[in-house]
Amino acid sequence: MADYGADLVNRTSPLSGFHGGSSTVRLEAAPPAERISLRARAEDVAALSSALGVDLPVRPKTSASANARSALWLGPDEWLVIAEENGGLMQAAKNSGALHSATDVSHRNTAILVSGPGAAAAINAGCPQDLSLKVFPVGACSRTVFGKVEIVLLRTGDEAFRMEVWRSFSDYAFGLLAEGAQDAAV
Amino acid sequence: MLLIHCPYCEEDRSELEFRWAGEAHIARPENISAISDEEFAEYFFLRNNEKGLTYERWRHIHGCGRFFNAARDTVSDRFLMTYKAGMPKQMLPETGASEETVETYEATEGDAR
Repeated sequence: MADYGADLVNRTSPLSGFHGGSSTVRLEAAPPAERISLRARAEDVAALSSALGVDLPVRPKTSASANARSALWLGPDEWLVIAEENGGLMQAAKNSGALHSATDVSHRNTAILVSGPGAAAAINAGCPQDLSLKVFPVGACSRTVFGKVEIVLLRTGDEAFRMEVWRSFSDYAFGLLAEGAQDAAV
Repeated sequence: MLLIHCPYCEEDRSELEFRWAGEAHIARPENISAISDEEFAEYFFLRNNEKGLTYERWRHIHGCGRFFNAARDTVSDRFLMTYKAGMPKQMLPETGASEETVETYEATEGDAR
């Protein structure tokens, strides 16, 4: 039968079929992950940390990873928690018994994995932050801007970053990264 | 590019991550339903718009999301100090910052001939 309209059965990643990169930068769409936007008071951090199985960081620009989950400091009372394999973040937060606000943003965000020796230069095509290892070490994370969209940037390795971006902006972010990757290879 | 020190992130960040949020240290009247229209206009609409040193609220909207206060020179555009929201108005440290504003080109061009 001919192909009529949208495929409503299979979920499609917003970045499926996107290709980009250069000789020094590799761009990949990250596999689907579960994410929550978490707000909590300082006195409830300990209970939430043990319920989620990852210590919520309390220092600016830091993240923590454990049990295939990452917790990214976004603000003094705000975190982005990402679960790449074992989900159930909402239930885990609920089980903590601590006062908090958790919103499932799994489908609001998508992520682009940027790696290679030119990764930082490609991101700096649209991001004003200093991405040198001294100022932005492995594990550092920050909400910032990339061109005209807001992103959350996490450094996963010396030459590897995870860029969390809203799915409706991902087309733009990937395109700008692809151009940055070309420039980084020059 | 202008760098602004965020007191919550504890480092200098690009101005692209920030938004201006109006004059700082404006106290909301406690008896707001009882005050006159003139007093309400004074509180709600009228701002000093000072030349030189001003105290403003800024928001690190594309960073930690927090509001904070900043002392800024509106002539030179220099940020003299930033501090957390809720803190009382901070006096400028004596060293470095000058109360005098920098003369603009427009202000002096009439005398230059």
